[in-house]
Amino acid sequence: MIFFQKMRRQFPVRSRFSLRAVLLIPFFLLFHGLPSEAVTQDNVNLVAANDSVFAKNGETEKKSEAFNPGDMIMEHVTDNHEWHILETGSFKLSIPLPVILYSDGKVYAFCSSRFHNGLSYQGFRLAGKDKIVRMDAIPGSPKVYDFSITKTVLAIMISALLMLLIFISVAKAYARNVNKAPKGMQSMLEPLILFIRDDIAKSSIGEKKYEKYMPYLLTIFFFIFLNNILGLVPIFPGGANVTGNIAVTLVMAVFTFILTSVSGNKHYWIDIVNTPGVPWWLKLPIPLMPVVEIIGIITKPFVLMVRLFANITAGHIIALGFISLIFIFGAMNAALGYGVSVVSVAFMIFMNLLELLVAFIQAYVFTLLSALYFGLATAEPEHH
Amino acid sequence: MELITPGLGLIFWMTLVFLALLFLLKKFAWIPILKALKDREDAITDALSSADKAKEEMKQLQFSNEQLLAEAKNERDNILNEARKIKEKIIEEARLKASEEAGNITASALENIRNEKMAALTELKNEVGQLSLEIAKRILQRELTDPKKQEEYARQLLSEINFN
Repeated sequence: MIFFQKMRRQFPVRSRFSLRAVLLIPFFLLFHGLPSEAVTQDNVNLVAANDSVFAKNGETEKKSEAFNPGDMIMEHVTDNHEWHILETGSFKLSIPLPVILYSDGKVYAFCSSRFHNGLSYQGFRLAGKDKIVRMDAIPGSPKVYDFSITKTVLAIMISALLMLLIFISVAKAYARNVNKAPKGMQSMLEPLILFIRDDIAKSSIGEKKYEKYMPYLLTIFFFIFLNNILGLVPIFPGGANVTGNIAVTLVMAVFTFILTSVSGNKHYWIDIVNTPGVPWWLKLPIPLMPVVEIIGIITKPFVLMVRLFANITAGHIIALGFISLIFIFGAMNAALGYGVSVVSVAFMIFMNLLELLVAFIQAYVFTLLSALYFGLATAEPEHH
Repeated sequence: MELITPGLGLIFWMTLVFLALLFLLKKFAWIPILKALKDREDAITDALSSADKAKEEMKQLQFSNEQLLAEAKNERDNILNEARKIKEKIIEEARLKASEEAGNITASALENIRNEKMAALTELKNEVGQLSLEIAKRILQRELTDPKKQEEYARQLLSEINFN
């Protein structure tokens, strides 16, 4: 029982940076093997009285650290000012990240560890989950613009560096063995590059114009794919929910929208303003059809943004949900918790495999739809 | 709500990093990679078509080789035939010449023989005449006395000569 309660407190923290089945099993064994003497009464965390599910133990705690699956999951899938690694009892391991703020015409930069234990620094403090506010926050006081290198930003930078490293070395490999069969990393990535070129770009945009869009399509495909995969990795450089963050998908969707609009030819815009095959009274005097069409061009990138965000976030939430189940049942009864863990782990393995598939499919869909929009924007008018 | 509220800082950094990534990858990775792929495809296409061409040429070459060989064979056969004919002709001619020569030799030999025979006969006649004369002289010397016997003897002698 004591083991389980200890674990309950430790686990949510681990869960934050992604809990994955494979890594979970050794940890289980590790905790199981702890000598019982090591666990003192101080380590035992007791649930808050107001939470009836966990209110099994008769002892009380000064602070409520009851396991709340909702908070744990949200903390994992949203952004954070520090990168949690591990938390065991009073020992807490996390990477503090730089905080960069702009408020009232001034730039502030300091380390996020200044906020530890609820402290304030330079007149700022963390409020709510992870929001930085001024100490003198009253209605009408200057707004705080947060440009911090958060967990997601760091993950974006790491994945960008990784991509540069991988693809520049692949490009060098191409320069090295000219007109020879690909080797190593090159042969792993070449099918994907050819797939994007032949099955996405050429078939959607056409033989003549596809080349201009290739760099963008390759970049978004590999960026999304790499970050989806890294999101499944539970240890440090991975585990951040990058492609499941709406700001990230928003930026990519906006890039697709801008590229589509910029490359739209006369034919494309005329079809929007004066849709052919529609009765004139839908266009004049009230421009109903043009309005619908304009909503349509905005909907397309919007859907891109939401689809990727929702798919990846949902995957993370489900995996975390399975983990939470173990601790919810474990709080009722330790044996029940162990029993459920077997089922949960099995389900998480299944979910992880599914997420691997989703990681590829979502990258593919985003790239394919972007290519289709470029194709629509550059299509030559058909001659009837 | 926090989940679906895009953060301003994140949008800023994502835009910055993504644009930098796009630019750097385009310059240092995508363009060289795509160019290399295209070059390789072109090279493969070229190689295949030139291999086809070489095969075609090979075929042509083989065909002409065979033709050449056949011609050579023909030529050889012709030459051999010709040679055989010439040989036969030479042999024939030689035979003809030889038999002609043989005929000539035989003819001249016969002529010689006849001539020799004639000469021999002439000599013989001369000899016979001499002998007759000798005989006659001797008879004359012995039998001149008896005209009857003389005549008989002469007749005997004459008949002997005619016999010859």
